Amino acid sequence: MMTATTAEKPMGWHTIASVLAPGPYLMQGDEACAEGAIAAGCNYYAGYPITPASEIMEHIARRFRALPGRVFAQMEDEIASIGSVVGASWAGARAMTATSGPGFSLMMENLAYAIMTETPLVIVDVQRAGPSTGQATRPSQGDVMQARYGAGSDYEIIVLTPWSAAEMYSETIRAFNLAERFRVPVIVLADEGIGHLRERVQIGPETRLYGRVRAAGAAPFVAEASGAMDAVPPMPAFGDGERLMVTGSTHDPRGYRRTSEADAQAALVDHLTRKVSEHRDEYARVERLLMDEDEELDLLLVSFGFSARSAYAAAQELRSEGTRAGLLRLCTLWPFDDDAIRAATARARRVLVPEMNRGQVLREVQRHAPAARGCNRTDGEGITPDDILAVARKW
Amino acid sequence: MQTAGSNASIKRMVRTESFPTPFCPGCGHGILMGAILRAIDHLGWNMDEMLFVSGIGCGGWIPSPHYAADTLHVTHGRPIAFATGAKLFNPDLKVVVIGGDGDIASIGGNHLIHGARRNIDLTVICANNGVYGMTGGQVTPTTPQGARTMTTPEGNPDAPFDLCQLVVAAGARYVARQSVFHIRQLIRVIETALQHPGFSFVEALTPCPVQYGRRNALTTPVAMLSELKERCVPLTRARTMTREQLAGKVIVGEFIK
Repeated sequence: MMTATTAEKPMGWHTIASVLAPGPYLMQGDEACAEGAIAAGCNYYAGYPITPASEIMEHIARRFRALPGRVFAQMEDEIASIGSVVGASWAGARAMTATSGPGFSLMMENLAYAIMTETPLVIVDVQRAGPSTGQATRPSQGDVMQARYGAGSDYEIIVLTPWSAAEMYSETIRAFNLAERFRVPVIVLADEGIGHLRERVQIGPETRLYGRVRAAGAAPFVAEASGAMDAVPPMPAFGDGERLMVTGSTHDPRGYRRTSEADAQAALVDHLTRKVSEHRDEYARVERLLMDEDEELDLLLVSFGFSARSAYAAAQELRSEGTRAGLLRLCTLWPFDDDAIRAATARARRVLVPEMNRGQVLREVQRHAPAARGCNRTDGEGITPDDILAVARKW
Repeated sequence: MQTAGSNASIKRMVRTESFPTPFCPGCGHGILMGAILRAIDHLGWNMDEMLFVSGIGCGGWIPSPHYAADTLHVTHGRPIAFATGAKLFNPDLKVVVIGGDGDIASIGGNHLIHGARRNIDLTVICANNGVYGMTGGQVTPTTPQGARTMTTPEGNPDAPFDLCQLVVAAGARYVARQSVFHIRQLIRVIETALQHPGFSFVEALTPCPVQYGRRNALTTPVAMLSELKERCVPLTRARTMTREQLAGKVIVGEFIK
């Protein structure tokens, strides 16, 4: 237990020594995620058991015991898990929960609450085959659209899609930083394949963190009407003496409910969306693999997460055969990187989108490349390089 | 120096610019709003060290935005879960959850029993008016059997929860019930609950003439308060009464301490 004297904590970007000793580790993806959270200063974790994400919680429960000032709670369900994470975040914590499809669905209402109240937190969704209970130990990428739109109404959300155990570590750190930078919930959208994969994770000596910005007396919500609507307001903690009014109802900059004024509703939605959409350069991340940015391609593969691993292997194979193939890997899946997709697809004769769902990202790509095709698997098996090569070669 | 618990004294503890409250004429929530502040004032607690967590419904608006303290007004039924996170991370906060019977006992019932089981140092105050007021008068898990509501036009077929017995069974170690008519007793049990280390629960019976009374032959605020007065039987007296004599009554007092 700790007392939340947040005042002495560094604000904005700063660098600290990594928690783990630097060097190479063999880690499971879920463990790497937990270690990334620990490195990112996560000091409140609440969760509920669910395959294939439980190892994150188990690892945190074990590790927090030796780390002072970090609180772990197993809650009664996923609704309570994210609820308590929001409460802890307002008490000054860097807070996180992790789950999988069914639990992710249960979290949607309180995810919307976190968006509305500008509460920093991290949700890890280790996707499994669904719908519903589906196949708990099998991989899927079926939650792409739920991650983007599941909470309902109008908002922008940052969703990161790691493709390795190493990125389960580094992208979880990035998720915490973006959450604090923009005062938003950030989703790490992993999958069973990555979560249960064991591979090398290289831990560096230092970790770069973004500390929550606080300011006494400042309005803690939507930027003042006269100010920039994309600005991120400072966030005090409970107990700071600010007498905060935090509500999921439409509110003014001080937190007073404004339940029927059109101006207040319009300003709030404008602010909540623009503070994310207008800072794209701070979170957008794509990787161009086996291709140069201005290269004309025979085949462009667009993929993310687990399926990008097979897409990479397929692109290598095609290159070795003389086909000019490349992979555009979406590391930040949402907000969708339309500029990168537009530029890359314009230089490709064919565009193929491998994913472990029925084409959720494909339709986003088709906004820019209507002739793009999908390579899909929804049988609970990981998509393979051969699956992708079969489609590419028949085309 | 004002007397602790007086109107003049508790005025410092509210955001007067948020008045008038949104509560209907005859609603008991204003009395409860005052009772909680009077209890805090009697204890001499600093509002800057307090966090009030509430959910959706009329009861959720008792602290938010009226109390001049940190207030967290959350999703329907979930205030105990949110409060648990804040309290676990910062045990120095004095955390009080306030909500209606729909919020605390229906949609939030699971969080209520797990909060009691976990025995985290929270005080939960349930403003029980036996009806969903804000949404227009539907039946709740504490509506008396036979009562007419918008969704039980023939009378409620189900038996209500005894919330206090439920919370005792779930492991809470301070559980009390009083009504807003019995204001001194109500303030006293809130004071005791606030001081209790661990999970404490107060059920405050409060009248809703607009959504409950007018559909159940209690058409005025005075009629509702009188009925509340008649219905409540102190625990000590209840022990001397027969089951027949207790029919239709509600027992008030401290059930575990």
